[in-house]
Amino acid sequence: MSHSSEHRGKDDRGKDDRGKCELSLTVNGKPETVRVFPMERLLDVLRQELGLTGTKEGCGEGECGSCSVLMNGELVNSCLIPALQAAGTNLTTIEGIAEGPQVSALQAAFLEWGGAQCGICTPGMILASRHLLNKKPEPTVEDIREGLSGNLCRCTGYMQIFEAVVQAARRRVSA
Amino acid sequence: MRSDPADYELIAPGNLQAVVSLLADEPGKWLPIAGGTDVMVLYAAGKLPARKLVSIWNLPELRSIEISPEEIRIGAGCTYTELREHEIIAREFPLLASAARWTGGIANQNRGTLGGNIVNASPAADSLPALLVYEAELILVSGRGERRVPYLDFHTGYKKMKLAPDELIRAICLGRRFSNYLHYARKVGAREAQALSKVCVAALGRLRGGVAGAVIDDVRIALGSVAPVPLRLTEVERIAKGRPVDPELVQLTRKMTGAAIQPIDDIRSTARYRSAVAGNLIAEFLEQLRGSGKTV
Repeated sequence: MSHSSEHRGKDDRGKDDRGKCELSLTVNGKPETVRVFPMERLLDVLRQELGLTGTKEGCGEGECGSCSVLMNGELVNSCLIPALQAAGTNLTTIEGIAEGPQVSALQAAFLEWGGAQCGICTPGMILASRHLLNKKPEPTVEDIREGLSGNLCRCTGYMQIFEAVVQAARRRVSA
Repeated sequence: MRSDPADYELIAPGNLQAVVSLLADEPGKWLPIAGGTDVMVLYAAGKLPARKLVSIWNLPELRSIEISPEEIRIGAGCTYTELREHEIIAREFPLLASAARWTGGIANQNRGTLGGNIVNASPAADSLPALLVYEAELILVSGRGERRVPYLDFHTGYKKMKLAPDELIRAICLGRRFSNYLHYARKVGAREAQALSKVCVAALGRLRGGVAGAVIDDVRIALGSVAPVPLRLTEVERIAKGRPVDPELVQLTRKMTGAAIQPIDDIRSTARYRSAVAGNLIAEFLEQLRGSGKTV
């Protein structure tokens, strides 16, 4: 019996693997190769294949921004990206935002200004803020509101988050 | 229930010719997927009927914006971000730039494409009323070659369109002839980002004659979220041409708009509200046109 169940187990694995493809991508500066189904969501590839669980799943349908990452420098919702479309791209997740052992100035501003509470939206908020500050180093409050409009938070009420981005931009410019 | 990725096939041939050949070999069997902002939502919800998908994301043939003196030709794979950042689109086709800015949030604008918005065929899509008033033409491509069709009657019913199973939208063409028009757009929704419209409107107009005796020379009005398809109000336009903008005309257009649209009650709004707002927006447009000084 144990032999047959083991055999079945092997068969199942074989079947499960059929249709998978090997993809190479760069994540936070590190080259990675994964073997996944092409329609696997990038979010799941990051969390399950690469163990990068900092990227969160909120709605799973592109409404909340919790799963935001940068793909070739562009802000995207990783829940809406099939793995195959991420092949060959350069990704930045929340794990790649810190500067070595130090949190980045942006993260420090979120901490200081109370921009994080339960933490589910925070990685997405940080990535959306990074994207905004890369494009507009001196954003207006209106730019910040628009840049973060695709990221929903149910705890802090946004004002602390906006303030954190204002402060981060101010420090960066004066630095 | 969530879909199992093992049940789906996805390939990325990497060039337009290969995609077109694939669609020609097995028409209707392959679902093109561009930025995934609509397809992946259905997939996540376990509601994607197609099992075989072909990626058209980032195909260079679909990603360019070509400018000639007569027209601008937008590759169907251009994203909302590309539309809103394009200088000539912002200047000459501001209704399209506004619609791109109103669609989703930044992350969705980085992935959602104009061609995808057309084939997804949502009556609430913000870019489609703009394409109606600019009288866009679509270039469709298949193994049989290319054809150019007006967008005006492309959508024939709810989620129905004049696109053969082996065809793709290759480009969207806009004639550069609206520089001396008033361009008017409004979206009414719960919030600007990430909310589908309750009602949206795109309109173009210009006057002729002196300030005192000015009449409407030309006008185009289109509405979203008030019918099974994005709707051009051709009857209202016909009646309005040659008339001064006065209270009588505003009242008449309000009445005619109410008769032309077929709004519904749904999760976002009610038919009654939509009808009232549609009339108000057209009245607002006519008021702005009257004071705009946009004359032939």
